[in-house]
Amino acid sequence: MQPVIKVENLSKLYKLGRSQHRADSISDLLVETAQGLFHRRNKTAEEFWALRDVSFEVQPGEVVGIIGRNGAGKSTLLKILARITEPTSGRAVINGRVGSLLEVGTGFHPELTGRDNIYLNGAILGMHRAEIDRKFDEIVAFSEIEKFLDTSVKRYSSGMYVRLAFAVAAHLEPEILLVDEVLAVGDVAFQKKSLGKMGEVAKEGRTVLFVSHNMAAVNYLCDRALVLIHGKIFFEGTSKEATNLYSNTGFNSHLVTSMNIRDRERTKGNGRVTINQVTLLDSANQLAASFSIWEPFAVEMEIMSKDFPLTASMWIIFNSSTGSRVLSAFQYDDDIPMTLRSPTNHLRVYIDPNIFSPGIYSISVGSFGKYNEFYDWVDNAIQFEIFNEFITGKPFDHRLGETTMKFRWELL
Amino acid sequence: MTQVVIEPTKGWLDLQLKAVWQYRELLGFLVWRDLKARYKQTALGVLWMVLQPLVSMLIFTLLFGILLNVPSGNSPYPIFAFSALLPWNYFSSSLTRATHSVVGQANLVTKIYFPRLIIPLSGILSGLVDFAISFGLFLVLIAIYQLPLRVEILLLPLFLLLAMLTALGFGLWLSALNVRFRDVTQLIPFIVQIWMYATPVIYGSQLLPAQYRWILGFNPLTGVVEGFRWALLGQRGLLEIGWPFWLSVGVTLIVLVSGLVFFRRTERTFADII
Repeated sequence: MQPVIKVENLSKLYKLGRSQHRADSISDLLVETAQGLFHRRNKTAEEFWALRDVSFEVQPGEVVGIIGRNGAGKSTLLKILARITEPTSGRAVINGRVGSLLEVGTGFHPELTGRDNIYLNGAILGMHRAEIDRKFDEIVAFSEIEKFLDTSVKRYSSGMYVRLAFAVAAHLEPEILLVDEVLAVGDVAFQKKSLGKMGEVAKEGRTVLFVSHNMAAVNYLCDRALVLIHGKIFFEGTSKEATNLYSNTGFNSHLVTSMNIRDRERTKGNGRVTINQVTLLDSANQLAASFSIWEPFAVEMEIMSKDFPLTASMWIIFNSSTGSRVLSAFQYDDDIPMTLRSPTNHLRVYIDPNIFSPGIYSISVGSFGKYNEFYDWVDNAIQFEIFNEFITGKPFDHRLGETTMKFRWELL
Repeated sequence: MTQVVIEPTKGWLDLQLKAVWQYRELLGFLVWRDLKARYKQTALGVLWMVLQPLVSMLIFTLLFGILLNVPSGNSPYPIFAFSALLPWNYFSSSLTRATHSVVGQANLVTKIYFPRLIIPLSGILSGLVDFAISFGLFLVLIAIYQLPLRVEILLLPLFLLLAMLTALGFGLWLSALNVRFRDVTQLIPFIVQIWMYATPVIYGSQLLPAQYRWILGFNPLTGVVEGFRWALLGQRGLLEIGWPFWLSVGVTLIVLVSGLVFFRRTERTFADII
């Protein structure tokens, strides 16, 4: 079958020097031209390959995810395919009508009413007037803003704005849809609805290229995924493989799966016991730093002891991204003292699922001796992320509080 | 099935006028948005479209017609001035709008594909509504002064088209330059102001000594303004000589074609440097 999208050696070069600190006003240009007459301009304009020799094919009806951290080239790739910017070299052939959704609410005018903006935004996204007329009621129903249809959009809450914007975009019906991270908008309930809608789109047999940071969404929507690193395709395979690879190797933002903290500053401790390394593991014992809410995970510590046997007891504190201490756990709660019998020891703490709300947390680790003697204490040894797994298994039902716990409930 | 090949463009390229036609509905929506948003939350609303030309006509009448006694041929000065202010106001506001248009629509340019030509084009088209209202006002003035309507008025659309093409030609140049050099934004009020005095708007071309009148022909707006005066009032002005009029039409065409080419050639970098 003929591929819908065929990308061959696509590259995009940005000259940072050129657009940033070279002539940005006519006087700069004049000065530089004058300087150029006397001495040759040194050619040190910083070059940056946002994409480098990227090649892949997409078959009709495939839903392909593109993952990679910020600056990996995902958006550049989408912008080239959407014809917003030109490649520096290489080519892409696209068979079919392309709709791109790089942002929700593009072209919304704050002064105009919701009704007007539906038409305007629809036209900007490439819908015909008749098409918008036909889908108008559906769009309004999806956005849940019936009552405010004739109010200026500038009076909308940000939630209403985003809902309306996504509603228009969701009713686009091109043969090929390019989507960039637009599901990360609105509240959790609306995100769920949006993802459901995207799922429908995917099932209708349309070809979709989907950029996202939400691994759960990629897993749910996509058959196949590409992992981009520094503008190159690092991996191409099933979305399960790709998302695992991405999460486990810590490509996600700046999370790492294992951290050597031997030389880190100590908050407290006399050093009889030192924690050298902290490592994060998922339920399958693989290195990972991102976990779903429902997924159990483990923290492993490499512990050095100067003298042995030695009785020590470890503890661990979870801090939220705002710095508050969310939860702590102490080994001596077990009532079984730990005796270190060699200079190097490995200890694993198993963390139950469904405790942490989605977000980024850091772990502080430490060790006590007998009589609460502080052996070691390292704050923020490593970070991990809990993500919104609202498709597979249980949806995350936006609870209050930073942690949640399973208790025994008894009707008396 | 539509096939799109995405490649770095090399050398000369087609002007994509066909694509502009395909996206005409979007063009319509942009014009409509511009009009609708412009007078939103104003107490006077559309009345502004009447007030603006009326007030400038009154000021010019007072200053140039009464105080300086600028000759206005065989027409009363207010009518004489208004007949030229019609195309001039249209031109200057359209040019200004077109110049700001691409930078003003940065969010569209960086997020959505469509022929970029549509953006300055919408700035040129949305001024037509203001023009129509001003023209209605002009007809009222004609009635008040009990002047006859001439048959030549039927040729007015041609001169209006000339005004549009001139505004578009310069608008293409300036809007594309503005993406790279924001100086253009600062420059445009000066350009417009100086240009008005260089065009026979508040005065007639007959104010200049006959042997120098042809110089006005290098100003593409001269053809438009003199054309309006001829069609509306029967004042021949530069048309008397003939060729300077065609010279100004020629300048318009050169600016338009070069503007189209320049715009198309720089368009591909808009999203990267805007």
